[in-house]
Amino acid sequence: MNATERGDRIVDAPELEPLHLEDRVDGPAAAVMMSAGIGILVLGLLTLLSEASVPVHDFLEKFELGLGVGPLSGKTLLASAGFLVSWAVLGTLMRHQEVDLRRWFWIAFTLGVLGAVLTFPPVFQAFAAD
Amino acid sequence: MFDLSSREFWTVVHGLVLGTAFLLLFGGGLAGLWSLRAGHLTTAGVQERMHRLVVGMWVMAAIAWATVITGTWIVYPWYREELAESGANEFAGCADAILPTTTCSPRDFLRSNVSGDTASWHTFGMEWKEHIAWAAPFLVTAVAFIVAYYGPRIIQRPWLRTVTIVMLVGGFAAALVGGLYGAFLNKIAPIA
Repeated sequence: MNATERGDRIVDAPELEPLHLEDRVDGPAAAVMMSAGIGILVLGLLTLLSEASVPVHDFLEKFELGLGVGPLSGKTLLASAGFLVSWAVLGTLMRHQEVDLRRWFWIAFTLGVLGAVLTFPPVFQAFAAD
Repeated sequence: MFDLSSREFWTVVHGLVLGTAFLLLFGGGLAGLWSLRAGHLTTAGVQERMHRLVVGMWVMAAIAWATVITGTWIVYPWYREELAESGANEFAGCADAILPTTTCSPRDFLRSNVSGDTASWHTFGMEWKEHIAWAAPFLVTAVAFIVAYYGPRIIQRPWLRTVTIVMLVGGFAAALVGGLYGAFLNKIAPIA
């Protein structure tokens, strides 16, 4: 199923005809959108868990390499790993696949918004450990 | 003449140099994506613009990564230094301070409220900035990949162009929170 068949409007662009562009499957784009959503969600979840749990806070602090970054080191390294590793895996698995890009975008968007909300101080500080 | 400590240098690199470059590239990138509409460009114009847009987006992504990495791993440790002597009150070194000192880190200065009601600059401003800013490199990298992958084909797909712009604006908004709070924090409690 290509983009037109899924209801994604394709407009005429005569200026592109001389370029003889071949169609591209949507799998790789879906993969990178989802990976961005996953990265932001991991960041948000770790921000919340670091606040709510002393053991998680102490675990995340171990990534700081003696530089004094504190638990932010673990949160950001693991979130970056979540983004890059999921992109590598999904990108490889989906590199030749035609997918419903709209569905993938909205799932990724939901993950990203949820992750961003979890990084908002009044939200994660409401779960602070005593 | 032109004295600049290592801390001041990296603060400027992180916030002013990289931040300004990101802002400029965002403006160009947004305008470039916005104009990718059928009938608005010639074939030669499409080719020229796409090349510039792809390069600009990857540079913007690299700058977003450089900004958060320098901020988190170089500047942030200076902000949160624990300077109080062991066993002493954690804010003991901040007594009567009007700015952070060698015995009172910016974080302790803000949290101690010795110079006004400043604690929320840390508990809200810094806490939000240090986390949400990391969404920017993820989103802008995704945008750079999408622009490079589809190239001029984006012109034929208005929905794809729209969501790419949404992701770019989302990345910019995350960077804006980081940049604005960074500017205010460095004004109220400078790293020096």
